[in-house]
Amino acid sequence: MNIRHDPDDASPDGGEPLRHVRKPLPHDSARRHVQGAADYIDDVREPQGTLQVAIGMSPKARGTIRGLDLAAVRAHPGVVRVLTAADIPGANDVSPAMGDDPMFATDRVSFHGQALFAVLAETRDAARRAAAKAVVEIAEERPSVTVEDALAREEAVLPDYGFGRGEVEPALVGAPHRLEGSLRIGGQEHFYLEGQAALATPGEEGDVHVLSSTQHPTEVQHVIARVLGLPDAFVTCEVRRMGGGFGGKESQATQWAAIAALGAHLTKRPCKVRLDRDDDFALTGKRHDFRCDWRVGFDGEGAIAGFAVTHNARCGYSADLSQGVVDRTMFHTDNSYYFPAVRIDTRRLLTNTVSNTAFRGFGGPQGMLMIEHVMDRIAWATGRDPLDVRYANLYRPGRDVTPYGQTVEETDTLRAIVETLERTSGYRTRRAAIAAFNGRSKTLKKGISLTPVKFGISFTLMHLNQAGALVHVYQDGSVHLNHGGTEMGQGLYQKIAQVVAEEFGIAIERVRITATSTGKVPNTAPTAASSGTDLNGMAARIAAGKIKARMAARAAARFGVAAEEVTFRDDRVFAGNESLPFGELAKDCVLHRVHLSEAGFYKTPTISWDRAAAKGRPFLYFAFGAACSEVLVDTLTGEYKVTRVDILHDVGRSINPAIDIGQIEGGFVQGMGWLTTEELVYDAETGRLRTHAPSTYKIPVASDVPEDFRVALFPNANREETIYRSKAVGEPPIMLANSVFCALADAVHALDPGKPVPLDAPATPEAVLRACQALRGRPLPERAIG
Amino acid sequence: MSETTTGAGAPAREPVRAPARDSARDDASPGVPPAAHPVRLTVNGEAHDLAVDPRATLLDTLRERLRLTGAKKGCEHGSCGACTVLVDGRRVVSCLALAVACDGREVTTIEGLAAGGRLHPLQQAFLDADAFQCGYCTPGQIMSGVGLMAEGRARDDASLRDELSGNLCRCGAYPNILAALRRTTGIEPAPDATRGDDRLRAAAGVDEIARDARDGAGQGGA
Repeated sequence: MNIRHDPDDASPDGGEPLRHVRKPLPHDSARRHVQGAADYIDDVREPQGTLQVAIGMSPKARGTIRGLDLAAVRAHPGVVRVLTAADIPGANDVSPAMGDDPMFATDRVSFHGQALFAVLAETRDAARRAAAKAVVEIAEERPSVTVEDALAREEAVLPDYGFGRGEVEPALVGAPHRLEGSLRIGGQEHFYLEGQAALATPGEEGDVHVLSSTQHPTEVQHVIARVLGLPDAFVTCEVRRMGGGFGGKESQATQWAAIAALGAHLTKRPCKVRLDRDDDFALTGKRHDFRCDWRVGFDGEGAIAGFAVTHNARCGYSADLSQGVVDRTMFHTDNSYYFPAVRIDTRRLLTNTVSNTAFRGFGGPQGMLMIEHVMDRIAWATGRDPLDVRYANLYRPGRDVTPYGQTVEETDTLRAIVETLERTSGYRTRRAAIAAFNGRSKTLKKGISLTPVKFGISFTLMHLNQAGALVHVYQDGSVHLNHGGTEMGQGLYQKIAQVVAEEFGIAIERVRITATSTGKVPNTAPTAASSGTDLNGMAARIAAGKIKARMAARAAARFGVAAEEVTFRDDRVFAGNESLPFGELAKDCVLHRVHLSEAGFYKTPTISWDRAAAKGRPFLYFAFGAACSEVLVDTLTGEYKVTRVDILHDVGRSINPAIDIGQIEGGFVQGMGWLTTEELVYDAETGRLRTHAPSTYKIPVASDVPEDFRVALFPNANREETIYRSKAVGEPPIMLANSVFCALADAVHALDPGKPVPLDAPATPEAVLRACQALRGRPLPERAIG
Repeated sequence: MSETTTGAGAPAREPVRAPARDSARDDASPGVPPAAHPVRLTVNGEAHDLAVDPRATLLDTLRERLRLTGAKKGCEHGSCGACTVLVDGRRVVSCLALAVACDGREVTTIEGLAAGGRLHPLQQAFLDADAFQCGYCTPGQIMSGVGLMAEGRARDDASLRDELSGNLCRCGAYPNILAALRRTTGIEPAPDATRGDDRLRAAAGVDEIARDARDGAGQGGA
């Protein structure tokens, strides 16, 4: 890669190499993080008189509320006020769109732990002890807990929806081979290490300012206004950083911020909510779990002729974001594979469990895992190498139209990534070595799998594909940067600062990154769908560019040259043979009444989606990747290790390769957790979540990371005109971990190559042991599904 | 990966020395706080004489009384490691330690690690290795790393992975966290271990695979 000949690597004014963009700079708060000096909401010094909030939760999952006696709660020492639905001046509605998420349940309870009331007290201890004193009487009904419960009751949060192409039934019937099956895919708790938190401070005439650990400050603002019955303009939401989000603070942060705001509104005192970890597990939604019922017809090479699937999604008690989430499952049911005839149906089922929500990948991972499982099933049926079955179905020119009508334009990138990784990982050699090992080893079995990733980038809800930024240049030449995106560890703030420093040709230290606030940039989209850099980077560059143009005009006038001849670099501004420091020109602009502030706005071009007609181009582009994972399984215990992982991933031209590699590694590890050790267990009778803390819910730790872990960026440039030709990186790496699941199945398959492996996700050691015993013809007793 | 539970590598927990019991107070309503108990905590070299609720955790005392908010609340169960501090040089999950049990002892928090404006070598290594994303677990990871080195538990690569497994990082920054520990301890990675160690590898990695992709394009596959 010769950067001198690559126009994407030239400075904004041309001719110079990039100074900040493409550099592996550390996170914006790196120095503060290592010193414990980066403040999260719970670290901010509380204003005098701040009240602490505890949530009163339903002890039943489904039923009618007969009585709620809060006298003992109110009488508890230190309690200042108790909030119920009757205290809400506006709407009892904290939902993102559908109006079906009450702040406090009133007549009915819909899941175990649902918020009934909130206690405001002088101390957190008093609030929590008081909340436990409520006397709640509920006429209990049997809750729907599983997909099967919901199907039996025919209860859904949203209408069924499906799309497809061609005549799928004849294609299935006419195919030389047919298979059908059902794959269960578990949910996932976000477990952001900083739990949900909000601090609301009352202002004049009903104004409220709220610090919220949220990916979606605009929605927090709007919902608080709705709940309080105030115009949006009375509410300001601000967030400097989150201790992790992963989708769990897209819609799920709102309720706690709104409760804090309601408390502040009614008591005229600041109110703080910080959910206890166990309560956080019970009160906030998770990744959707699925039962995918599929049928496939294929030829002797494993090439698919027809495919049909019904995704039964457990959505929990309300719609929340399930429309978009399950739609994205549909958009990713193909992953990287062409279906000549296809039908994809979905059911968005209502269960009496917490409302499932956004989680990194937003439904995509479930669709993709399902089709990777089908690839393995075809391979086991045909006896072909699973990678060759994948090649037989991989999108290629002429076979490049997705089930929803968008053409995959970068089939060359997809194939090059898979072929390169096949070679660099030594897949074929290792496959042979593993077969030899498995031939010798009776108990320990190895498995390997190489799976591709194709992930669509853009919000499928079209209006969210917009962003704003606010840039000021002060008269000393320092720059204030603000935009609608939020920082949750993904490095967005630093990437945008790199873009702005590059535009002005100044040191990055001169760009002051400031907290996201609805008071500075309004009407923003959530920081979600991997779109943060694509959208906000463009908006910030547009803002900086407009200021720069006015500064250039001033320099041109001062030095008598054409504005086009003015360039910004090395902290100076050059005009003909003259130059001056950037700060001096800023001062000069102020003296000559040149406006040095600008709001930038960007909207994604060329995308469209007609949901009713199921046609359009919902994604601006696709991000690609592939992973090859090898595992070692003890088939007598089900225990296993992921021994080696090779990843090749496409981030276009990276704005910050260190941050991008971190996203890839971290996303893979998080996806591996989803598919291996992270198991959510709901009590089948009561609907109570039994896995409610790290004591019972196991996320990956340092020793779970593959000992041999090789990650590389695929050299590519985005063909769309994205910011510095980069590609989004937040979500796609999650699905690299599908290779771990498939490798585990591959290892178990070695026990009896004549049989398919009955393995659902997550492939916990218990699940792996069950699969091993099934292949041995000695199945373990059924476990109640929760 | 299944053998290790989240608690397996949890920081060693110091025995908790309970204050003298007052049987009359034990029967009191839980809503009425027991009488405050005097303690002397030496935190980051500075002595503090405090009267604390005997039920107050060391974490709450540090965060709310001394305004040292570097140690974080992740789970309040002693299972995530975000609250790790050193007590007399050993790792303690401060959400499970009582402040009264630390009477007369030396507590070191992340705020006390840098000396004379210079970062501790492990802090610097975390910076150099990009060993965090959201940063919330970082103070606990660093204190755990400093503690395990002081305790002589940094023997080899496997021991680092094991000893750090009590500190959860939901962002999954473990490869770089381990790289920072290796850099500071001088421990070599296991023979097959993660290639590359820090941000610098990012650029190098791109070039390497670029060459590879260019040279081999179109050769593989079925």
